[in-house]
Amino acid sequence: MEYYLLAAALMLGLGAIGAAIGIGILGGKFLEGAARQPELVPLLRTQFFIVMGLVDAIPMIGVGLGMYVLFAL
Amino acid sequence: MASGEYTSQEYIKHHLTNLTFGNHPEEGWTFSHGETAADTAQMTKEMGFWAINVDTMLWSVGLGLFFIWLFRKVAVSATSDVPGRLQGFIEVIIEFVDENVKSVFHHKNPVIAPLALTIFVWIFLMNLMDLVPIDWIPFIFNELGVHYMKIVPTTDVNATGGLAFSVFGLIIYYSIKMKGVGGFLAELSFQPLPKIFAPFNLFLEIVGLLAKPVSLALRLFGNMYAGEMIFILIAILPFWAQWLLSVPWAIFHILVITLQAFIFMVLTVVYLAMAHEDH
Repeated sequence: MEYYLLAAALMLGLGAIGAAIGIGILGGKFLEGAARQPELVPLLRTQFFIVMGLVDAIPMIGVGLGMYVLFAL
Repeated sequence: MASGEYTSQEYIKHHLTNLTFGNHPEEGWTFSHGETAADTAQMTKEMGFWAINVDTMLWSVGLGLFFIWLFRKVAVSATSDVPGRLQGFIEVIIEFVDENVKSVFHHKNPVIAPLALTIFVWIFLMNLMDLVPIDWIPFIFNELGVHYMKIVPTTDVNATGGLAFSVFGLIIYYSIKMKGVGGFLAELSFQPLPKIFAPFNLFLEIVGLLAKPVSLALRLFGNMYAGEMIFILIAILPFWAQWLLSVPWAIFHILVITLQAFIFMVLTVVYLAMAHEDH
């Protein structure tokens, strides 16, 4: 059995689920905040990108390792 | 793909291998070399802890010097007349960093803003090497007889780890300087639970403290490694598919590299601001 295929699929898939939920909530809240207080948009945008980078990091690491497992191992 | 003689596995591994110099138990001081990338990695492993990734050092120090040279040049020739484009650009960067530091860091410390600027620009430059087509520079070095050349220092965990642990050292230094050894220990052991649980609190807080540099290092490394990995995979494809995939990924990657440099900077400033806070 080629278990490494399963491992890569889990890494890519679960990472994607987590990031999708996280960035979905984050983007929704950002729009909500922007609609309530449009004058805070510049501040919110900076914070939005910081948190997006934090949320994005783990799935990206998962993608990198998953690709390594798929193609180079 | 620069060379037809490799299999795709060998090609990927070749691109992920650093040029390492170290003391091999049998062959003495030498660059690690081997028939395949796997052999080279094995040789690097045998060199133990004191092997040094020459390409990482070369490119990171080189880019650091480039940063210092560029900013110094602009600072020396800065004019209050109509500024040139370069001066305008540098001013934008400095104001951007200054604004961010001011919004997070409220104490008086002359080190923090230059540190934040250095971290931001230096990491950005190191990440920027990711956008250089992956075969150009390794190909040139290969022609010159150097077979391994990894030009993105931040895809090496040693470089990001070095940065993160330097920040960690500063956190410890400023914690002790601001609160004293006793104050620092008190901060570690008397929260979040009441004082009776001091050993438990201490354990919890030390784990939290150590997690800071590790997450800082691995976040940057992981992002850059994943980006590099995907560029390498695209380079394996037939040539007509490369532009189609490489260009969108590179454009997306411009966002990623700036964002990661920015996050590294912001988190450094946040951690140092936390270290300055006296309870």
